[in-house]
Amino acid sequence: MGISHVVDRRLNGKNKSAVNRNRFLRRYRRHIKKAVSEAVHNRSITDMEQGEQVSIPNEDIQEPVFHHGAGGNREMVHPGNKEFVAGDRLPKPPGGGGGGSGQGQASDQGEGMDEFVFQITQEEFLDFLFDDLALPFLVRKKLKDTDSFQYVHAGFTTDGTPAKLNVVRSLRKAYARRISLAGKRKRRIRELEQQIAALEAEPDAEDPAFSKERPLETLREERDELKRQVKRIPWIDEIDLRYRQHRKEPKPSTSAVMFCLMDVSGSMTQVHKDIAKRFFILLYLFLQKNYKRIEVVFIRHHTAAKEVDEEEFFYSRETGGTIVSSALKLMHRIIEERYPTEDWNIYAAQASDGDNWNDDSPICRRLLKEKILPLVQYYAYVEITPHEHQALWYEYESVQEEFPEIFAMQQLTDASEIYPIFRELFEQKTT
Amino acid sequence: MTKPISSGSDWSFDLIDEYDREIARIAADFGLDTYPNQIEVISAEQMMDAYSSVGMPVGYHHWSFGKQFVQTQKGYRRGQMGLAYEIVINSNPCIAYLMEENTMMMQALVIAHASYGHNSFFKNNYLFRTWTDASSIVDYLMFARNYVAECEERYGVDEVEAILDSCHALMNQGVDRYKRPPPISAEEERRRQKEREEYRQQQVNDLWRTIPEMGGDDDGEGQQRRFPAEPQENLLYFIEKNAPLLETWQRELVRIVRKIAQYFYPQRQTQVMNEGWASFWHYTIIHQMYEEGLVDDGFMLEFYQNHTAVIYQPSFDSPYYSGLNPYTLGFSIYTDLKRMCENPTDEDREWFPDIAGSDWKQTLDFAMRNFKDESFILQYLSPRVMRDLKLFAIADEEDDDAYEIKAIHDNRGYRRVREKLARQYNLSYRDPNIQVWNVNTRGDRSLLLRHTRVNGIPMAEETQEVLKHVHRLWGFDVILESMDNGEVAERYRVPPDSDSRNTAA
Repeated sequence: MGISHVVDRRLNGKNKSAVNRNRFLRRYRRHIKKAVSEAVHNRSITDMEQGEQVSIPNEDIQEPVFHHGAGGNREMVHPGNKEFVAGDRLPKPPGGGGGGSGQGQASDQGEGMDEFVFQITQEEFLDFLFDDLALPFLVRKKLKDTDSFQYVHAGFTTDGTPAKLNVVRSLRKAYARRISLAGKRKRRIRELEQQIAALEAEPDAEDPAFSKERPLETLREERDELKRQVKRIPWIDEIDLRYRQHRKEPKPSTSAVMFCLMDVSGSMTQVHKDIAKRFFILLYLFLQKNYKRIEVVFIRHHTAAKEVDEEEFFYSRETGGTIVSSALKLMHRIIEERYPTEDWNIYAAQASDGDNWNDDSPICRRLLKEKILPLVQYYAYVEITPHEHQALWYEYESVQEEFPEIFAMQQLTDASEIYPIFRELFEQKTT
Repeated sequence: MTKPISSGSDWSFDLIDEYDREIARIAADFGLDTYPNQIEVISAEQMMDAYSSVGMPVGYHHWSFGKQFVQTQKGYRRGQMGLAYEIVINSNPCIAYLMEENTMMMQALVIAHASYGHNSFFKNNYLFRTWTDASSIVDYLMFARNYVAECEERYGVDEVEAILDSCHALMNQGVDRYKRPPPISAEEERRRQKEREEYRQQQVNDLWRTIPEMGGDDDGEGQQRRFPAEPQENLLYFIEKNAPLLETWQRELVRIVRKIAQYFYPQRQTQVMNEGWASFWHYTIIHQMYEEGLVDDGFMLEFYQNHTAVIYQPSFDSPYYSGLNPYTLGFSIYTDLKRMCENPTDEDREWFPDIAGSDWKQTLDFAMRNFKDESFILQYLSPRVMRDLKLFAIADEEDDDAYEIKAIHDNRGYRRVREKLARQYNLSYRDPNIQVWNVNTRGDRSLLLRHTRVNGIPMAEETQEVLKHVHRLWGFDVILESMDNGEVAERYRVPPDSDSRNTAA
């Protein structure tokens, strides 16, 4: 007879497969990266808060073993005969390859799905995205944290650690307790003492049966008992102790607005725009961790600037020359109209291929220095081009010299070069 | 009248204990001989973990288990799949998992099915007794896991993964069917590992030290001494012992996969018998409990619903059909054996003279102990079961433009149906028969494998892919010849032949 041992394992080892799952993801990095890349292309920049479906072609993922192929002669047994008798002949379906082995093995292979489809979590999604952006580890962690918290004072509680003991509150409680417990008794003691004194002052009766000693003794006994009781009331008791209570609260509590400025003149290709999109995403992710409420304003420009929605921003095509200052002017106007700096933290990210109408570049410099930079928290500029810089870049360089803390610029040819431009920003907040 | 142990669907640890006590008592009364049980209550998440480590309570890390997990998780989340009905480990003590979401009825059913049904099968079936050592498997897997982890640390995850991938591809060719292997043991492995490290490399070198004779006319293959002298079917073993370029740790990895293949080998050959046995006993034990008044009508209704789902067999033309359900086939055979013992008919007396009217417990016990699926079906599949399942044999011949019904469940057909069905469970028909044929020890060190075709059935397309894995382990050219009636019908080579002449058939 078996002796059974029943064990509750529910609490240990929940994620036993995590390592194997990671191995799996690691092996199919390439496929997942592609899926993430496509997702970035298809999603809104404000929509990075979910996982993604990844599909891998079956031929890439199967584990081959030796097995039989179609062809040859077989005889198989199946259940559920209805009208067959021995000798019946059933024509094979045309071009069906002989029907295969008929069971088991067949369904493992060809038939059914051509793709192995699975879901990666939001965290994994971001990880792959960050890989793409070559983000340092510390920054990733910061961005992935579901929220940053700060502890705020939230009243008092009856238990806690000694370090959080509030002495004033505790002593006040003790005092109140002592009064409430002892007050009645002390009053009675005073009464009793008056009675005793009064009695003592009286002359004693002749008859010992009426002697005042007896009632006096009773009174004294009661008094002494009460005194003992009062004495037993502790000066401070555990129930008096009060501790400071702290509650975790999400830290971001203010609002931010993010301006995305992009040159959409003919020279900006879709590849440029996709890199730019990642640049905007990264800034958005950063803001999301630091602010409760974020608004995004998209401004596109060629010779004239226009506020548009995200779809139009990234995916409609324009041609023509380039006047960058038009976008800066529009941004400035929008700030003045809708985003007063007392209420809003303002961030801006500008992407361009560096092309600008030559006479316009000094205007841009002036606009930035005088009107825009005094209003914003951070202004990041990327120039997506493998070519020589033009006037705009040099003008911006002089801006950077003057505002090194809040103005960052970088030339990129690849998404992995985006991060450095935010280094300053992330370092300020992560330390 | 006894009071039912519980009513309603909620379970508790006390109730599980109580049910287990009763089930254990009834099982012992019926003569079931089991290992002690370890019953583990786990969450759905943990069940998915157990699922994806292919029934190993501790496994080494590998991406393929991750893939399995991802797949299980997906199926479960979409609600396409109920999670594991039961997972039970052939170990001593016998580990069975109960999912916390199950109702009390399910927990009792799984305990009867796994902890007493499968358990007694593991302990007594001759294949398990010969091939596995239940008392040391958990230790061994622990050893394997640590060893693999150590290798990963020393040689890198990618290196280790590559070797394991290749070994996994040959797992079905990692067993000697005709040799009785020593049972595996972790302690023994650890003790001998050091020794092996020293000697094995030396042995391998010996084989390869032979310097080709100069000027000799040893080009004629017929005169050359063949190596191995006899063809060998255990590819993993052959590679472990003879692959020229493998490092010692790589040989150890090959050995680990081979040992695990050996551990699972009996399970592959006794699916029908084992599931049938466990189903027969959960059915019988729960019925006994009902008879004794230990469970109520509500319990039985739920029980029947589950039991029928487990042994449901769709017909060949149903969209849900995916071959014979081993639970159904096994359950039907054992149940019919019991019937023949208790209520034999004339047909039974004619077909099974020794069984008709005998003691059913002894008859079933004997059947469970001494067979594997193939021989079990050949021995015990009765006309009655063939009729109940309406079995028929259908031939698919390459040169014929029609399928032909060869036999059905009638007097003329019983024997043929039974024979064909039994053969379907013969592993040497299921898996291609591949043997190590020769190694060119004096020339390019190429490894020649031979596949012997049965009924002209060729190898599948991905053979070339598998050969790449053999090539990785062997280190030199690998050739596979698919032989039909003594002639090479198809030839595979890695790296591929430069002249395509050889690949034609």
